[in-house]
This record gives sequence, C-alpha cells and structure tokens, in this order.
Amino acid sequence: MNRKQQTPQAWIRPEQPDTALERVREKVRTCIQCGTCTGSCPNAFAMDATPRKLWRLVLMGQSREIFESRTFALCSDCYCCTLRCPRGLALTDAMADLKQIAAAGKHGGDAACTAFYSAFLQSARRYGRVQETRLMARYLAVMTPRRPLMPFRFSGLGMQMIKKGKISLRRPPAGRSLKGIFARIESMKDGQ
Amino acid sequence: MKYLYYPGCSLESTAREYDMATRAMMHALSVELIEIPGWTCCGATAAKAVDRRLALAMPAVSLALAETVDSAADILVPCSACYLNLKQVYQIAAADPRTLAEINEILAAESLHYSGKVRPRHILDILAKDIGPTGILQQITHSLSGLRVAPYYGCQCLRPYRVFDDPEAPTSMDALLAAAGANLHPWSMAARCCSASHMTTNPDVSKELVFRILKSARGADAIATVCPMCQMNLEGHQGWISSCYGEDVRIPVYYLPQLLGLAMGIPARDLGLNAKSARTAALSD
Repeated sequence: MNRKQQTPQAWIRPEQPDTALERVREKVRTCIQCGTCTGSCPNAFAMDATPRKLWRLVLMGQSREIFESRTFALCSDCYCCTLRCPRGLALTDAMADLKQIAAAGKHGGDAACTAFYSAFLQSARRYGRVQETRLMARYLAVMTPRRPLMPFRFSGLGMQMIKKGKISLRRPPAGRSLKGIFARIESMKDGQ
Repeated sequence: MKYLYYPGCSLESTAREYDMATRAMMHALSVELIEIPGWTCCGATAAKAVDRRLALAMPAVSLALAETVDSAADILVPCSACYLNLKQVYQIAAADPRTLAEINEILAAESLHYSGKVRPRHILDILAKDIGPTGILQQITHSLSGLRVAPYYGCQCLRPYRVFDDPEAPTSMDALLAAAGANLHPWSMAARCCSASHMTTNPDVSKELVFRILKSARGADAIATVCPMCQMNLEGHQGWISSCYGEDVRIPVYYLPQLLGLAMGIPARDLGLNAKSARTAALSD
C-alpha cells in the first residue's frame, strides 16, 4: 500500500480526461462507493487499490494512479461484483476496458498477463485454435529470464499430463484461420 | 435430440478427457452431437483483455460457422469460458443491432455472417434441463452409492447470465449426481472463483483461492467440475499448494460427464479415466 501524498487540489481537479478512460467512466458514473464490489472480489486481498477505490479514481480521472495499480490486471472475470452491484453497473466489463487501455498504450498492467495474452492470441491468430502445450512453451520462454523458477512449478503439472496421455504435441486439426479477422480489426483501429 | 457441438481448444489438449466423456455420455443417451466444422478459438479471457472488437469477433466466427450447418439448433458448449464468450455475442445479437452490425462488418473479411439465430448453451444447462435427472436415472447401471461428491460450478457458466441456475447458490448438479447414486458434500464454495488464468500469471494470488476451495472440500471423495480451467486449477497444483500451506488438500477432481458416465456403465477408458488407476477402481466398485 503506497498512499502517495496528494495535495487536496489534485483530488478536486481531475487530470486531463483521457478519452479512452471516458468509456470506463460512463460505465461507473452512478457508483455510490458502497464497497459491495470489494467485498465480493476474490482477489481484493492482493490488490493495492481495492475495486471500490479504483472506481473512485476512474470518476476522478486519476489516470496515473489507475494504471500504476495492479487492480484491473488481477480481475479474474468471476462476475461476482457485476452480479451484486446495487447500481447494476457492468464492473467486470469496466475492468476489461482498463486492461484493453493498458494493453493498447503499453502502460501499466501486469508483465506476466501481457506476455500470456499475447502468446495466446498469437497462437489463435496463426492456427485458428490455441494449442495449450505450445502456448505454455512460448509463455515460459518469454517469462523464464524474468522469473527463473517458473518452469519448475509447471514441470510437475507437465509430467502429470504426459502420464495421463493428455498432452500431445501433434497439432490439432486446425480451425479456420483467424488471420483475416485479425487484419480487419487492425484496419479498423483508427476510429475506436 | 440433436445439438451442434463446440468443444473449444482445451478439449483438444489438456482437457481431452472432458471431450471424450462428453461424447461418450451423449452417445449413450442417444443424443447426436454435430461438431461445428472449422470452429475457432473463442478468445477465452485473453481477447477481452486486449481488444474489444477481437473479443466479439472471435466467438462470432464459430457462431457464424454453426449457422451454416443448422441455424435452428442449439450449440452444446462444455467449457464455461467458451460458453460465456459465445453467449455474450448471442445476447448482443438479440439486443444491440449496432454492435451486431460492427461484428458482421469484421466477419465479412472471411465472408461470414451471424444472424443471432443459433443459440449457445452450457453442457450443464442441457444436462439439467433437456436430459434431466430422470433421463440419467433410466441409464444407471453402476450406482455411485457411497461416493461423496462436492459439486463445483465455478463462475462463468453461472455469471453474469442467469440462465439455468442461481448464480449465488447453484444446485443444478445436485439432482444429476443424486440420480447417479452419489452423496453430496455440503459446502459454500461451489460458485467461488478458482482464479482462472492467474494460476499461470499470478500463482501467489491463485494458490490462496484454490487452497480455500480444496480445504472446504475436505470430507468429500471427489470434486465434480464443468470447466477445463477449473479442473486444471483445482487438480493440477495440489502437491505444490499442500506444501505451501503445510496441509494435505489433495482430492480427485473429475468432470461431471465422467462421473455420470461411470454410473451409466460406460467403460473408464472411454471417459478418459485411466482404467488401471486405483482411483478409478475405487469409483467403479
């Protein structure tokens, strides 16, 4: 928990509103800061800013603090907060918006998540389907220099899977290629 | 009965036994499954963490492919994450024509189109509502009596779309497992999050969530799941988690169709269960 010393004005005067953040702000506009989201979040114990605080930061336009936090990266899409929010706000979707903004601007977020998602989508784009064994191999190749012990935790699981005959290195019958879909989306990027 | 079938990527690799058990069980129930030809990855949680359009277009591809086969059929989806992604596009098609047009503009790149007719449904929805405990009961040859099972639902088959069960206190597995002769383990962790892909990216957060679930399952002989991610998180790291907390929380974690299939007399190997393992022997006694 690093509570940065803020001048009172910094809380009163929102920073330059970020147009991307506007989409998120619209989603949480009627938040009443009741804290049901924080109380429902299975990952709140590991977050530096709780979900309730994050929504307040969004309303105040505090981009820097939002994207320095690990909060949105730690959302595991369980939808408990969405289900229980007394204002009916789409909070899980708002977390996804923040992940997308972080991914697009290459700022904030979580290095491991970013590496994992990008390995995942590369695999899907290329083969139409994700082959999990290759995905893990690629992810570990990216992460091991940063977290040298990581492969050891997964090697046990890998051995279990090989024993159970669950892992095959054969490429599965491929689905349709998704390259055309990815390319079309890439070409639409300008008018978000 | 006839359904289109969307296995999803996991069921081709780490969750192959889920695919085997689903097909074997449906075959035994005389339910026809037609695999969607050329189906593609739904994007899981990766697409929605990166790009809004990608998160909509990826599942839409398979929905559009499904419509080329039979637009009046329902799609049976065993994986909860796949189900949610497909369902989200189905809901958009029903209520948000502008976004549907945007999706179809992307699909046009592959000469595909989704009209919103074909409907994705979770396997548990189909088991609980279409086949039902009575349908299972008629097929039981090897009762699971004496086996105490903790039904685990996870998140995305229940939330945010309230379709076939109570998203806070689900019960749809109870009658199915009871029909197979199993006893139910009463617990409050049935709809708690297993941490999804955090097991890969933030294991220290993940182990906390999984530990709580496994600890609460103590007293049961097995956990029943309906999602490949949940199954892998709950079963794949038990040794590591037990040693982290200095408590033995090991327990077998099966897919619901494996347990129901055994009770229906389907051979263990056809359900992706290792017939030689002591565990399976104990189950089929």
